[in-house]
Amino acid sequence: MDSAQSPTESHFITNEPYYEPVGNEVSLFEAAYANRLPVLLKGPTGCGKTRFMEYMAWRLKRPLITVSCHDDLTTSDLVGRYLVKGGETTWVDGPLTRAVRAGGICYLDEIVEARKDTMVVIHPLADDRRMMPIEKLGQLLEAPPEFCLAISYNPGYQSVLKELKQSTRQRFVALSFDYPKPELEARIIRHETGLDESATAKLLKLAEMTRNLKGNGLEEGASTRLLVHAGKLIAQGVEARAACQGAVSLALTDDDDMVAAVNELIAALF
Amino acid sequence: MIPYTPEQLALRLETAFDVEFTFHKVDKLVDILAPLDRDSQDFILGWVDRIASTNIQISYEFTRRVVEALDRLDRRVIEAWAVHAMDTYDSKGLHPALEVLRKVDDFLAHAHAHAAGAFFDEVKTVLSNFLCGLSGRRLALKQGEQVHTDSERLFLPNVSASMETEADNFLLCKARVAFMWAQTRFGSCRVDFAAEFAGYDDPARALAAFQALDNLRLEACLARELPGLWRDMQGLSARHRDAALAPGWQAFEQALARDPDKPEAVLALLREAYTLEPPAPRVYHAALDPQAIAGIRNARMAREKMLLRVKLAQLAQEQREEAAPQTSDKPAEEQAPAQFEARQDGQAWELTLDDQPVAPPEDVKQLLTSVSLDWGEIPPEMLTAAGDGEYDPALYEDKEKDPNEVWQGTYHEEGAHIYPEWDFARQHYRKNWCVLREIDLKPGDAGYVDEVIDRHHGLVKHLRRTFEAMRDESKLLKRQVQGDDVDIDALVEALADSMDGREMSDQLFMHMHRADRSMAVMFMVDMSGSTRGWINDAEREALIMLCESLETLGDRYAIYGFSGQTRKRCEIYRIKTFDQPYDDATRARIAGIVPRDYTRMGAAIRHLSKLLNEVDAKTKLLITLSDGKPDDYFDIYRGQYGIEDTRQALFEARRSGIHPFCITIDREGKEYLPHMYGHANWVEIDEVRKLPLKVADIYRRLTT
Ligand SMILES: Nc1ncnc2c1ncn2[C@@H]1O[C@H](COP(=O)(O)OP(=O)(O)OP(=O)(O)O)[C@@H](O)[C@H]1O
Ligand SMILES: [Mg+2]
Repeated sequence: MDSAQSPTESHFITNEPYYEPVGNEVSLFEAAYANRLPVLLKGPTGCGKTRFMEYMAWRLKRPLITVSCHDDLTTSDLVGRYLVKGGETTWVDGPLTRAVRAGGICYLDEIVEARKDTMVVIHPLADDRRMMPIEKLGQLLEAPPEFCLAISYNPGYQSVLKELKQSTRQRFVALSFDYPKPELEARIIRHETGLDESATAKLLKLAEMTRNLKGNGLEEGASTRLLVHAGKLIAQGVEARAACQGAVSLALTDDDDMVAAVNELIAALF
Repeated sequence: MIPYTPEQLALRLETAFDVEFTFHKVDKLVDILAPLDRDSQDFILGWVDRIASTNIQISYEFTRRVVEALDRLDRRVIEAWAVHAMDTYDSKGLHPALEVLRKVDDFLAHAHAHAAGAFFDEVKTVLSNFLCGLSGRRLALKQGEQVHTDSERLFLPNVSASMETEADNFLLCKARVAFMWAQTRFGSCRVDFAAEFAGYDDPARALAAFQALDNLRLEACLARELPGLWRDMQGLSARHRDAALAPGWQAFEQALARDPDKPEAVLALLREAYTLEPPAPRVYHAALDPQAIAGIRNARMAREKMLLRVKLAQLAQEQREEAAPQTSDKPAEEQAPAQFEARQDGQAWELTLDDQPVAPPEDVKQLLTSVSLDWGEIPPEMLTAAGDGEYDPALYEDKEKDPNEVWQGTYHEEGAHIYPEWDFARQHYRKNWCVLREIDLKPGDAGYVDEVIDRHHGLVKHLRRTFEAMRDESKLLKRQVQGDDVDIDALVEALADSMDGREMSDQLFMHMHRADRSMAVMFMVDMSGSTRGWINDAEREALIMLCESLETLGDRYAIYGFSGQTRKRCEIYRIKTFDQPYDDATRARIAGIVPRDYTRMGAAIRHLSKLLNEVDAKTKLLITLSDGKPDDYFDIYRGQYGIEDTRQALFEARRSGIHPFCITIDREGKEYLPHMYGHANWVEIDEVRKLPLKVADIYRRLTT
């Protein structure tokens, strides 16, 4: 329960996170924020959504509270619950409530994973009422202007049932993310791993190759994140083929044939 | 293990050859097989059965010849020999296939090479995917006599055995694939050979010189693009003892390495090289076949020019409607044809229309790539959207896409479903390929189920108990460390404790444990003709056991049978829908499961996955009860094609969140089931008695 009690101040991001803008997402987010509109980040895994939120929180000088959604996440997990401490019952705010009270940014990661009934609590917060009812306290919290709600979701491989409901999605301003363009991706990898130009170029080629395989046996190509992982291993002195097998081919798929094919691509490059 | 007796062998062979109808004599074969050890007998009989399912006469011939081969050949080679005979039967017919078996010596002559060789069928999957990962036009890997490309397909021989070890022969295949890819990717295939060689007295010599130069150029490209593979290629060449380059050619090599991207660099040196003796090719080089390339290329260039312009017209229209919907009713003639601009950034394409960026859809991207490979760039006139009526739609609309063709089939009926099928060789879907209908199954003998339950009553009881233990209901858990609500009783106690000076418990919460089993199971039952006999009985008995068990859990489940004949008549038999209860009528339908025709599994999986996905449940299981592999009547669906389509259909199912699982009542599934279902997702049972335990296992794995 420790995290539940930690002060919101600790969620302030003091050092500028490294983020390379890919398009106009920064100005769009700022405009949405100024107009108190909630934001939906869409895009494949590992393309910088979380990093972008950290960056925006730093830019807007607001605390960032991130909740990773999962299918056991209950309304109480978000809103808060009673705890017993030193012989008394005390109410402890959940992350969403804390973000509202502190006028921070609440980022609900992978929102579709949450239970359907849980998702509904964000509805009144996400429209122009900007209210949050706390049933157990009998309170109705009004969000201050600084508060911002952001959710993320990966449209790629959710099943039909896990699609975001229209009543949810139509409350948000959507920002679409994708893997950065080659030069930009190269810059990110170099910055995150310290690799030299030629090793970075090979990682990028590998990414391109796996992305060619998307829909032809792979569900998804290698994300920027996987490239950063592989790069970090290489920078650490791990032999390049082994690093890529561990960080890329095995991370991408369990299908033996596909692992073998990606390994052949790796062996051709390095 | 002791070998089979002659009587046992005779029985096996008579069954395999269906002697009752085919009048084959098995005595001689029995004499041949009887002296062998049991392991060899099993090996041979396995193949006898497998080949007999393709053709009995081939199997008979195989049996006659195999023992002699067994002495001299590795089993892998024998398998390849048998497969080669069956392939020959599929593609060329009975006589050529028998010829393959009779001329075993032809095959044996290369026995040593074969033992270490890389077989096309073994390398195809990995190398096709490898190829797909490389940039450029989508290429297909095919089997052919000569290593060459026609700019759309790459050909590798049935066996590659130029190197000594198996590992090196695989590497050789990979190197050849990469080399042919480089020919398409770096412009060798866009050279107008006829025009370029016209000025030479001896065009054949000019071609040889061109090819030798071009090989050097492509090597430089590969060294740059795929440095790891290039190291391997140098190793191969050294181990194969390829001759070193003559000094004159070394100079060309250096010149070409400076700017290797375009074939024009080769053409500039051709005059000079023409006078020299060309070097011997390296082991991984591929032949350049100008005729094969030209034929395919000319047709493609015309087709893609038209396709690109037509697709750009569609894109432009979408774009303009989006931008200004109110002007879309303006007559088309008043609008100038849209002119796009295209720019390639790495591998990505950027399109602009009226200075606005337009995201090109996947098919347009592929076209742009392909066109730029043929032309060396994209000629601006090809970026002009086609005008209305400029091309006849019949020319660019894919014939296969025309659902009418499918609908015109004799089996057309209201309520048919149409599904695509995956063509692994072409690596794309055949759209609107299978016509599938749902049919009510005629009930069978109502007493059958009771009779089965009676017979297996011990098992049923055991099963119910096992499954009951898995049932979990919603219950309020008290005295928890965490929970949604305070447990007042516990709290009062704890407060009292603390006032007495005792330590206070921290278990003060209530937590609602939800009965969130939320499980839906779809049983897909093989009703093909090959299940006739004990397999059909086993399937029905297994189903009854499963229903009895699932009833105790209260999970939702449905049962459908599948069979059919050809892609235009895939049939799905309704035995129990999700909404129907397990009542007498359902029981009678289970009894009515009878073997019918053939198995086209892909379409059945696609349809039942769709039904399963309409159910709201957390865990979804698709359990196939089957006797063996996908197979359809006189059709390519038999063999690899069917296996790959099934695999693809399962892949689609998995992607939509379904757990596919296969229970096979067959001993032969070992090779292809892991390929289709993945290692952990199939079980093989030879007795119904073992089924319930396995299913309970699957259940436990998925729900906890
Ligand atoms: N635009 C970017 N600028 C800086 N770093 C980036 C950028 N895009 C991706 N990265 C790198 O990729 C990594 C993964 O990004 P991140 O964790 O933000 O992905 P995500 O989109 O949140 O993925 P998921 O959907 O799986 O949560 C980051 O740690 C960072 O190293
Ligand atoms: Mg994230």
